[in-house]
Amino acid sequence: MNWTNVATVYAKELKDMLRDRRAVLSMIVVPMLLMPVLIFSMARIGAKVASKAREEVPVVMIIDGADAPAVIEGLKASKKFQVVPTTDNWKEQISDKKIRAAVRVPSGFEQALHTETPANVAIYNYQGEIKSELAANELDHFFRDLRDKTITARLAQRSLPATLIKPFDILRENVAAPEKVGGNMLGGFLPYIIILFSLTGAMYPAMDLTAGEKERGTMETLLCTPAARTEIVLGKFFMVLTGSVAAIVLSLVSLGISGALLASSVSGAMGGGGRGMAGLLPTIAPLGLLGVLVLILPVAVSLSAIVFTLALFAKSYKEAQTYVTPLIILVIMPTAIGMMPGIELNARMALTPILGLSLVCKEMLSGVWHWHYIGIVWVSYCVYAVLALTLAVRMFKREDVIFRT
Amino acid sequence: MIEAHGLTKVFRDKKRGVINAVDGVSFTCRPGQIYGLLGANGAGKTTTLRMLATLLKPTAGHAVIGGFDTVRQSQDVRRCVGFLAASTAIYARLTAREAITYFGQLNGLDLPKIKERVKTLADGLEMHAFLDQRCDKLSTGMKQKVSIARTLVHEPSVVIFDEPTVGLDVLAARALLGFIREYKSQGRTIIYSTHVMSEVEKLCDVIGIVHDGRMLAEGTLSELRVKYGETDMEEIFVKVVGGTS
Repeated sequence: MNWTNVATVYAKELKDMLRDRRAVLSMIVVPMLLMPVLIFSMARIGAKVASKAREEVPVVMIIDGADAPAVIEGLKASKKFQVVPTTDNWKEQISDKKIRAAVRVPSGFEQALHTETPANVAIYNYQGEIKSELAANELDHFFRDLRDKTITARLAQRSLPATLIKPFDILRENVAAPEKVGGNMLGGFLPYIIILFSLTGAMYPAMDLTAGEKERGTMETLLCTPAARTEIVLGKFFMVLTGSVAAIVLSLVSLGISGALLASSVSGAMGGGGRGMAGLLPTIAPLGLLGVLVLILPVAVSLSAIVFTLALFAKSYKEAQTYVTPLIILVIMPTAIGMMPGIELNARMALTPILGLSLVCKEMLSGVWHWHYIGIVWVSYCVYAVLALTLAVRMFKREDVIFRT
Repeated sequence: MIEAHGLTKVFRDKKRGVINAVDGVSFTCRPGQIYGLLGANGAGKTTTLRMLATLLKPTAGHAVIGGFDTVRQSQDVRRCVGFLAASTAIYARLTAREAITYFGQLNGLDLPKIKERVKTLADGLEMHAFLDQRCDKLSTGMKQKVSIARTLVHEPSVVIFDEPTVGLDVLAARALLGFIREYKSQGRTIIYSTHVMSEVEKLCDVIGIVHDGRMLAEGTLSELRVKYGETDMEEIFVKVVGGTS
């Protein structure tokens, strides 16, 4: 093995790639820009929708309740919603978003409150629609408030203490370390991003350096040189790996910067009083992130080698795209399963390609180190990487692959 | 020196079945000689040359170049061969200088030697004006000069040209033929494959006519003229391959 030849091929491919706008776009620009654009646009849209929904005074209807004038007056006097005259098609109006919610005050409601007989108030809304949910919440608050006042009055009438119906309070407190909470929240998302960018970063160089070269006729020129096939494969492969690793690192850096900028902008928007906002953003264990990066290296190697081998078999760039693109789905599916709550790591899961990796990363980011599972995942990906690379070298030596017409 | 002994190449294609692309081709080309391999499209010229350049392995037969077997000592063969074909393109995103340097490095030359070779080749091929331009900005003739330079950067003792004048204008083609003659005068072994009869007449010392993968005739131009009773190379070719004139 002449490593000078490997380095020569690699240096040439790197120079070539950096002069290719499409390569720069897929390896550098997309990973760098996608995260800030995604995070900021989602945060902006989310904040805008929420604030718009909160600013709106929801329009509601009251069904029945003619014999409960005090309650109706109370509803009409509330500034939290605007009561409009009731129509028969109130259900359609909710569905058409013309009104946000409706409340049915049962017949004899006020009488029932006086006589202490049970009664049911029904609130109708458009489930899942944020403005309708907010309107229903306001109506709910109104009637809970009325219920609390009624209870207090009844207890007072009987000279009974308030603790009679509320003997104790329930407090809920998080005892998990912030990085564990953050790891649990981000643990599913980060491996997803890393694996996805590992694949997409490798895709363009792999296709360009194999099928693209065949199509442009430069592969034959290269094969005429005394450089051994293995040296050429390794030189090209290291370039594909560079694309993959560059995409991972740049996407993580970009994610970190975007998160920090978002935290500071939220803090700033709250006039300095938002010191705690940065704390609300999930934090992850720094060692966990380092562990993920170490673990991801054999993954990047094996994914790069698989993409490289598939693309090598194609005779044109277009054909290579046909072979390589379905890999995205194959990689995304198990990663998405790993993001689901309740999926827990065990030996079988650890051995499942991609899914095992996703779950191990999730645990490491939470500060949990199951060394035997980490070992299983690391070793299995090293094996995949060696197998895929050996296959790539074998394919490169086959003239029916290189001169496929 | 090139010695081809019964070179045979069989391809198996799902649609077309078994294809005998080259069928027992034998010939010898000595140093200081230009061997013209003449044949129509699909005659088996390029496959023969690819076997000599070690890109393809012969199904049967063997070839020895510069004393090295093309299968068992393929890397040694590639060290002493320069191969230029229509299918050997240059890197569009590299400059002419970078492309030549890259192939010099892969051929084991050190940087001072490469620098010297780039200057010599640029002088000989009149390339100085576009040496630092990217190859995708060059004309067809300029690109062909870059290809020739990368083929010869390591001063190969054997040079294989497969239809090198395709796409070139008359002046560029003449200049190329002149360059090949000069290279021959340095005692190199040259194979020149073409289907342009006039180029064969002007350039080649020995001519081999291949058709359907087989070597049908071989000899100097005067020997072929005597054997087939024709003076015009095109008429000789048509007689050999059994077509109608």
